[in-house]
Amino acid sequence: MRLVLPNPGLEDRIFSHEDLERMEKEEAEDRPKWDNKAQYILTCVGFCIGIGNVWRFPYLCQSHGGGAFLIPYLILLVLEGMPLLLLEFAIGQRLRKGSVGVWRAISPYLTGVGIASMLVSLLIGLYYNTLIAWILWYFFNSFQDPLPWAQCPLNENRTEFVSECQRSTTVDYYFYRVTLNSSPSIAESGGLQWQMVLCLLAAWTVICICYIRGISTSGKAVYVTAILPYIVLAIFLIRGLTLKGSLTGLKYLFTPDVDELMNPQTWLDAGAQVFYAFSIAWGGLISFSSYNPVHNNCMQDAVILSVITGLTSIYAATVTYTIIGFRATQKYENCISENIMTLLNAFHLPEDSITTSNYDTALNHLNSSSPDIILGLDFKTCDMQKLLSEGVEGTGLAFIVFTEAIINMPGSPVWSVLFFIMLLCLGISTLFGNIEGVVVPLRDLNVLPKKWPQEALTGVTCAVAFVITLLFAQHSGIYWVTLFDNFAGSVPLLTIGLFEMIAVAYIYGIDRFNEDIKFMIGHKPSIFWQISWTFISPIIILVILVFYVVTQAQKELTYLVWDPDSDKFPSLASVPYPSWINAVIFLLAGVPSLTVPLYALWRLVIVTCKKKKKRVKKSSNYLNFH
Amino acid sequence: MLDKILFLLCLASALADERCMPAGRDLMLLMLQYVWNENEMFLFRASLAFAMRNHMNGQQFEVSNIIVCNETMRVSFWFIVTSPLDTSQLIDQENVEAAIRQSRNRINSAFLLTDKTLEFVDILPTLATLYTHPTPPWLIVFGVVMGAVSAGIIIMLVSSVVQKKRKPQDEDDDEETRVKTVENGDAHDGIHNMSFSEDERFTKM
Repeated sequence: MRLVLPNPGLEDRIFSHEDLERMEKEEAEDRPKWDNKAQYILTCVGFCIGIGNVWRFPYLCQSHGGGAFLIPYLILLVLEGMPLLLLEFAIGQRLRKGSVGVWRAISPYLTGVGIASMLVSLLIGLYYNTLIAWILWYFFNSFQDPLPWAQCPLNENRTEFVSECQRSTTVDYYFYRVTLNSSPSIAESGGLQWQMVLCLLAAWTVICICYIRGISTSGKAVYVTAILPYIVLAIFLIRGLTLKGSLTGLKYLFTPDVDELMNPQTWLDAGAQVFYAFSIAWGGLISFSSYNPVHNNCMQDAVILSVITGLTSIYAATVTYTIIGFRATQKYENCISENIMTLLNAFHLPEDSITTSNYDTALNHLNSSSPDIILGLDFKTCDMQKLLSEGVEGTGLAFIVFTEAIINMPGSPVWSVLFFIMLLCLGISTLFGNIEGVVVPLRDLNVLPKKWPQEALTGVTCAVAFVITLLFAQHSGIYWVTLFDNFAGSVPLLTIGLFEMIAVAYIYGIDRFNEDIKFMIGHKPSIFWQISWTFISPIIILVILVFYVVTQAQKELTYLVWDPDSDKFPSLASVPYPSWINAVIFLLAGVPSLTVPLYALWRLVIVTCKKKKKRVKKSSNYLNFH
Repeated sequence: MLDKILFLLCLASALADERCMPAGRDLMLLMLQYVWNENEMFLFRASLAFAMRNHMNGQQFEVSNIIVCNETMRVSFWFIVTSPLDTSQLIDQENVEAAIRQSRNRINSAFLLTDKTLEFVDILPTLATLYTHPTPPWLIVFGVVMGAVSAGIIIMLVSSVVQKKRKPQDEDDDEETRVKTVENGDAHDGIHNMSFSEDERFTKM
């Protein structure tokens, strides 16, 4: 006897197995359908493999013990990722509705889960498409030689470069000043950056056309957006391995540090990464699975997708670190050369007397012979480890580290175009799932009329979203993007995932779920899946959620700003948030998470009110009758 | 890395061979990677004389007017310029600097060097302005992408509107055929019209 909460009326709300068989035979359903299985798998792969695989996973891997990080990552992939994936696939395929419809069918009190998914998808989609807009800007600017971020602009009397660029680097200046024109704090909005507005317009228009007829157009687009990144990664791998210093990067990435496994933060980060990588709780996967034929083998799909995601993460990390190793080696050699030049100048020595190999011995010799001159000289510290570890996650990786590496490769515009096309494809294919998770619930909730054609739904959603994302086109846009990234995409997703598991395991009933899977694919899920759904995965998610909330609450809320006037320039300065940010954080993280219990409560109130009214009516009728 | 040749040349305003004393000026060092010998030094002095002649019209500077001293292994040295009219008189720093600035390119080309590799200390090279395109290239690519995407959207919308218009027409056709079959069925139910069936036999040509 499993624990199942009472759920009256469930049979009336869902299709029975006989109904499903009949609908399958007669093709009487009016839902859209996949043209073939490949489209479905590619769409799911594209959804799960996003920009985070390129710029988040490699950083986590390297900072948590390199090769040793793969152990917690793969373990949690199997224990947490795969069961959640199969859960969403199976429930969508069985109940044949979008995310709101599915949870509403299980229990009308659970509609809040669907609404929360939609809100989270919307918030994430807004800032994600801003990242796409930035990538588009760099892509548009890659069609020139030399690349615009290869050199600093000159100042008025043409004797040297603009001071902000001189003090930092050309790529930093190009990203923070030319592209974004960042203000020094989130409170100073500074007006709109018109180039960014244009890029945002382009980004939303591209999404609009790809999704304009729903999955019938996006299903064709994924043939390109899901496959092209793999090809580009292969090209970069070959190019990267032939560059000097790539093996240094690879060694740095994969050198295992087994002590990191004892650190609980490693396991937490691995769990969080698995959770976000699979795009669970966004609602898109449920929608996509509902377009499948009833007897599609969803268990096989879940396993295939997990394997593909895991392997792709490792593949992307390898490519990324060959390039990072190359850049670090370049900078290290430049640094040493500058020091050698300083020495040669100071002591009037002939040109090749000091090289990189005898630099240390020469320095010591000169230090012992004339230490006063040495003291007066301005040497730079050349630290290879520091160079390998700087700026290697998030936007810093793509727009600063990689762009700097690309300008040092021969044929830079080609590499730049390839790199940014790859990021574009990764991002756009994730956005398909995102917009699916927004448009379908809006229609199910009657916010958008059901009579409207798909084109109108997509168009209206994209237009409204474009207007809202103008928030990110301001001069303070990057700080808003970071805010959204940290708060809209973390706690709410974990909460929704937890509620999903509880809903399916304990409200829908794990026995009923097993029967459904047996009906769909022919055999019951094994004991591994059942234990995962009922105990292991919910506990893992709960632990991650609790730890995350506790650590966030203890930290002071700060963020990094680009401020030419600060003392830490060119490093980003850490500044506390203004106090009104707490309200914004509550809106971003609190509202979606609280939607689930609040909706249930609200519905309970309405239902009890109706019951009371009915009882009053009945008794008054009875009285009248008599 | 080939031409890591940095000439740092300095101007001194001292007198005679003692004239070549630093006197508080920065040392301009010459760092050469290729073989530096007497002939190269002669070429340098000649090119400097050429620069001075260009700048100060009329005065016939000779190679002997350029005095070099304090050479180091690093190929760096000091030099001073004397007036051709009176060898005890030195040309002041501003004039020499102006002359060098004017003919910098020619001096560089004489040694096949650039501003980076042949450095005159205290004379900052004016950096070449970056090539500014008449229309920014990104705007062109943006226009192409937006044009293609907008055309695509319009095509999709038009084709779906056309499809919808065709749908009611198809439904009308369906209705007419249904009506016809009903009529034929009535005919068969009534008198069996033999002319139709006979026609079939005859029309087999």
